[in-house]
Amino acid sequence: MTLHILIRSLDRGAALFLIVIAAIALGVPALNLAVPESSAFHVPTYLVSLFGKYACYALLALSIDLIWGFCGILSLGHGAFFALGGYAMGMYLMRQIGTRGVYADPILPDFMVFLNWKQLPVYWYGFQYFPYAALMVVLVPGALAFVFGWFAFRSRVTGVYLSIITQALTFALMLGFFRNNFGFGGNNGLTDFKDILGFNVQAETTRAVLFAISCLAIMLGFFTCRAVVTSKFGKVLIAIRDAEARTRFLGYRVESYKLVVFTLSACMAAIAGALYVPQVGIINPSEFAPGNSIEAVIWVAVGGRGTLTGAVIGAVLVNYAKTFFTSGALAPYWLFMLGALFIAVTLLLPRGVVGTWRHWTALRRDRASAAAEDGVTDPLPAE
Amino acid sequence: MEALTAALLYLDGVTVSFDGFKALNNLSFAIEPGEMRAIIGPNGAGKTTMMDVVTGKTRPDLGEVIFDGLHNLTRLDETEIAELGIGRKFQKPTVFESHTVHDNLELALKSDRRARAALWWRESTDERRRIEQLLEIVRLTAVRDRFASSLSHGQRQWLEIGMLLAQEPKLLLVDEPAAGMTDAETRQTAALLREINRDRTVIVVEHDMAFVRDLDVKVTCLHEGSVLAEGTIDQVSANERVVEVYLGR
Amino acid sequence: MRFSRACLVALLLAFGWAFGCATAHAASLHEALAHFTTDDFSETADGINEVAVSGDPRAETIIRALQDGQLMFSAERKAVYIKDDSGKLTDAATGQAIAGDAPDDLDNVRINNRLRGALDAALGGLTLLASDPEARFEAAQAVFKSRAASALPTLETAIAKEQNARVKRALTEARAAVILFSDAAKDEDKVAAVEIVRERADQEALGLLSGLPAGASAPVMKAATTAIAAINNRLVLWNAVQNAWYGVSLGSVLLLAAIGLAITFGVMGVINMAHGEMVMLGAYVTYVVQEMIRTRNPALFDYSLAIAIPLSFLVAGCVGILIERGIIRFLYGRPLETLLATWGLSLILQQAVRTTFGPNNREVGNPSWMSGAFDVGGITITYNRLWIICFALAVFVALLALLRFTRFGLEMRAVTQNRAMAASMGIRTSRVDALTFGLGSGIAGMAGVALSQIDNVSPNLGQGYIIDSFMVVVFGGVGNLWGTLVGSFVLGEANKFLEPYAGAVLGKIAILVLIILFIQKRPRGMFALKGRAVEA
Repeated sequence: MTLHILIRSLDRGAALFLIVIAAIALGVPALNLAVPESSAFHVPTYLVSLFGKYACYALLALSIDLIWGFCGILSLGHGAFFALGGYAMGMYLMRQIGTRGVYADPILPDFMVFLNWKQLPVYWYGFQYFPYAALMVVLVPGALAFVFGWFAFRSRVTGVYLSIITQALTFALMLGFFRNNFGFGGNNGLTDFKDILGFNVQAETTRAVLFAISCLAIMLGFFTCRAVVTSKFGKVLIAIRDAEARTRFLGYRVESYKLVVFTLSACMAAIAGALYVPQVGIINPSEFAPGNSIEAVIWVAVGGRGTLTGAVIGAVLVNYAKTFFTSGALAPYWLFMLGALFIAVTLLLPRGVVGTWRHWTALRRDRASAAAEDGVTDPLPAE
Repeated sequence: MEALTAALLYLDGVTVSFDGFKALNNLSFAIEPGEMRAIIGPNGAGKTTMMDVVTGKTRPDLGEVIFDGLHNLTRLDETEIAELGIGRKFQKPTVFESHTVHDNLELALKSDRRARAALWWRESTDERRRIEQLLEIVRLTAVRDRFASSLSHGQRQWLEIGMLLAQEPKLLLVDEPAAGMTDAETRQTAALLREINRDRTVIVVEHDMAFVRDLDVKVTCLHEGSVLAEGTIDQVSANERVVEVYLGR
Repeated sequence: MRFSRACLVALLLAFGWAFGCATAHAASLHEALAHFTTDDFSETADGINEVAVSGDPRAETIIRALQDGQLMFSAERKAVYIKDDSGKLTDAATGQAIAGDAPDDLDNVRINNRLRGALDAALGGLTLLASDPEARFEAAQAVFKSRAASALPTLETAIAKEQNARVKRALTEARAAVILFSDAAKDEDKVAAVEIVRERADQEALGLLSGLPAGASAPVMKAATTAIAAINNRLVLWNAVQNAWYGVSLGSVLLLAAIGLAITFGVMGVINMAHGEMVMLGAYVTYVVQEMIRTRNPALFDYSLAIAIPLSFLVAGCVGILIERGIIRFLYGRPLETLLATWGLSLILQQAVRTTFGPNNREVGNPSWMSGAFDVGGITITYNRLWIICFALAVFVALLALLRFTRFGLEMRAVTQNRAMAASMGIRTSRVDALTFGLGSGIAGMAGVALSQIDNVSPNLGQGYIIDSFMVVVFGGVGNLWGTLVGSFVLGEANKFLEPYAGAVLGKIAILVLIILFIQKRPRGMFALKGRAVEA
C-alpha cells in the first residue's frame, strides 16, 4: 500500500524536487559549519536563519496551495494558523527560560511578572514539556480550523464570502492577542528565548539543525500534498474546485472533503509557524495581521497555484525580493513593488511561474504529438 | 417499512414559488419502476424546476416527493438523494474539464463516497472492468486519456451519460439530451437511452418532438407548473389544450 | 457670628433694592470699598460681601476685577482702583479715570482660597439678578454647585421675579441645594428640596445627594437614598440612550463606507480591497481643499465641505473608473483574483499617499456649523455626528432614487440580476461596470469627507473601515440597498452596546463571531437575492 502511494505520488518532477530540497538541507548547514569563514563558499550564520525563515514560509505557501490550487478555497487568514503554531512553540520556549529572565522567576515569564500576575494561567500549564507543546502546535490551530470550517462549509459559504470571513477571523485573533491581559505577551509578544530542547537557540549548530529540519518539513509537507492530490481524494478536490454543484450531485459530501483538506492545511501552516519562531527569535501579534495572510497568497500566485513546487518557489522568490529591496536604498518603494506584483501576477501571469512553464511545455508536447497523429481518422461523429 | 406507493417516483401537490411567481403549481404525477417517461412543455412550464426539486437543489413550499415508496425527498439534500440512486444529467454538459475521460468516470463510479475512503482508494479489477464497459457504451474508449475540456459537444453529452450510468442509479433524470446534437447523434442518443432503460427508470425532458417520437414512450405535458395532459405522443399531440398552449396549429 | 452677619447682609440687600437710590448706592459702595484698603483677609471678605449686597451696578465689575487680580488699593489715599490690561487705572467706585498720577503705594488687593469661594458666591448672587437670562442660568448653576447659604435671600428674590421657565427651574434647584446644606432649614423643607434635586436627575444631583452632611436627620437621609436610587436608574437609562445614539452614529458611518462596496459587489460580483483607499482619498481631498482655503481665502472655510464633497466624489469616482478599465475589466469572472489585484492596488495607493503627504495624521477641521453640541435629556448630541447621519441618509435616498428612477439605475439592476440576459437586451455591460465602479468609489470618496470630520486623516484611514464594510456587506446581503442600510445600523448598534460590557476589542471579536454564526442561517446575507440566475 505505502509503496503504491509512493509510486503514485512521485512523478519525475516531484522526485527531482525532493532531491533538490534534500541537497539544500544538507548543503547549507555544511557550508556554514564545515567551511571556514574565510572561504568564499562559507554561508554566514545570519543567512542560515534567513533561509530557514524562507523555508518556513515555503511550507506555509504549500499549505495554501493545497487548499487554493486544488480545492479552490481562497483562505485569506492562513497566517492565523501559522501564528497560532508559532505562539505554541513560543510558549514552550518561554517556559524554558526559567530563572534566566530579567525578573528571574522560575515559572512566570517576564511579561507576567511585569503585569503583576501571581500565577501561571491554566492555559500555560504543560508547555514546559516539549511533547505537549508539539501536540498543541498542531492541535489548537487544527481544532480552530475544524470548527471554523465546519460552520463555514456546512452553510455553503464559498468564494469571496469565505475569503472575507477568513480575513475577519485572523483580524479578530490579532485584536485579541494584542491585548495585554490575554496572557500571551500583549503587543510585545514572546521573545528573548534561551534554548530549545536543551540547545542554545542562538548557537550556530542549533540554527543549522533548525534549518535542516525546516527543509525536512518542506519535504514531508510536499510529499503529503502529493499523496493527497494524486489520490482519488485529490481528484474529488479538483472536481469540487471546478464544479462544486456537480460533485454534490454525484453524491460526494463536499463539506467533508473541504473540512478534511482545510484542517490538514491548517496543521501544516501551524508546523511552519512553530519552526519559524525559534529561527527568528520572536512571535508577536502582528503575525496575525490580515496583510500577512494576503501576502502569503501572492507567493503561491507568483509561483503558480496548483503546482506545489510553484508555491515553494514563489515563497522563496518573493521573500528574497522583499529582503533585497527593504534593506537597500529602494526600501520606500517596496510596497509599490509588492502592490504592482499583485496586479501583474493576476493580470499577466495567472498561472504563475511554474504553471506557465508547464503550460508551454504541455503545448509544445501536444503540438508535437498532433503532428505525429496526422492521418488518423476520428471514428466519432464530427462536431 | 410499509411502502407508501408502488411507484418509483411519486409527486403530490408540489408547489414552488420564487418571489411570488409559481414555478410549480400543485404538480402531481407518478413514474412506475422500469418506465421511461418523456416530459414536454413550453418554456417556463416548470420542467427544470421539477428536476431541481427531485434532486434536492430546490426545496418545495408545499407537497411531497416520495422515492421508491419510502423516502421523502423534500427532506434530503443533493448528496443524500444522489446516494439513494437518483442521477441527473444537466442541460449543459457539466463534466469535469480538468479531469480525463477516465477520471470523470472513475469519480462517478458507484463507490464509497466518504472522504476517508477516497484517501486510501485503489482501483480494483472490478472497477477497472466497469470503467471499460462504460467507455464502450458511450463510445469514448479511444479518448479515455484526453481531458474532458478537449472533447466535442456531443462527446461531452455522452460522457455525462456515461457518468450517470457509472453511478448505477435507479432513476435517471435526463435534461434535454438531444440539445445541440446533429440528427445522427440524436438518433444514437435515443438508442442509448432505450438501452439504458432496460435496467433503469428514465425520465427525459425534451423539446425536440422528433426525438420524443423516436423514444416512443408515455408523455407528460406540463404547463405553468402543473400537468396539462398525459398519454402517448399521438394522444397528447391531439389534445386541444396542448395544441393551444404549446404545439400550435 | 458669620450667620448673623449673613442675615445682616440679607437685610441690607433687601433695603438696597427697595430704595434703589444712586447716591445711597454710592455711599454704601464706598463704605464697602474701604474694606479693601486694609490689606487684611477678613476685611477683604467683608468688603466682598458688602460690595455684593450694595446693589450698586459697579459691584460686579469690582468683584470680577478682584477675582482677576486687577483690584488695587492705596492705603495712603484710602482709594480703590481697577487696573485694566493696558495698565490704566480707573476709580473702582465711579469707573472713571483717575485724575493725576498713580499713587506710589499702589498694591494688589490680595485674595486667598477662602476668598475665592466668597468671590464665586458673591458673583453668583450678583448675576442671579442679571438682565441676560443666560447669565442668570449660569449663576443659578454656580449656586447649585457652591450651595452658599448667603445666596439664599437673593435666590428668593430672583425666583419671585423670574419669568423664564428654564431659569426659574435652575433657580429653584439652586435654592433646594442651599436648603439641603443649611443647618437652619426645617426637615420638611429639606425633604421637599430632595425631591426637587431628584427631578434634576443628573451627575451633579447625584453628587449632591451623596454628599449630604452626616448630621442630617433620618427622614431626610431616607428621602436622599430613595432619590439616589431613582437617579441612578435614570442615569443608566440615559446611558443606554447615549450608547444607542453612538450606535446610530457609527451605523451611519458604516453605511457611507459600505454602500459603495455593496453596489460594486452586487453589480459586478467584485470585492474591491482598495475600497478603503477610496475613502482615504476623499478624506485627503477634504484636507487639500481646506489647506487651499486656509492659505487663499480663509473666509470660505465654512464652505469647505460643500466644495469637498462633489470634488471627492469626482476624484474617487474617476480613480474608480480608471481601476475598472485598467485592471478589473481584465479579471472578469475571476472574483478571487480581482480581490488580490485590488489588494495590491490598495498597497500602492496607501504608499503613494504616504510619500506625498507623509505618514502622519493630517489636520482637518469642522466648519462652524458642524461644531459644538447640544443636550437632549441626559445625553449630549454633537453636531458633526448629527450632520453625518443626515448626510448618510441623504446619500442613501439619492442612491435609491438613482436605482429606481434613472435609466442607469435600471441597467445596474438588470446586470445585477442577470448579466447575460441584460447583455442580450442590448445593455452595454462593460459601460455599466465602469460607471458602477465609479459610482461606488465616488460614494466612498464622499464617505471620506464625512469621516475626516470625526476621525484622523492618515494613509491608514481606509484599513480601519474595510473589515467593517465587508461585514456589513456579508451581513446585509447584496443586490439590495436596504440590506446595507439595515446591516450597517444593526452592526453599529451591536458594536456600541457590546462595548461597555466587553470593551472595544472583545466587542469587535464578538461581532465577528456572531456574523460567522449568522451566516449559517443565511449564507447570502439578510436581504439576499433569490432565484435561479443568482445561484450561478
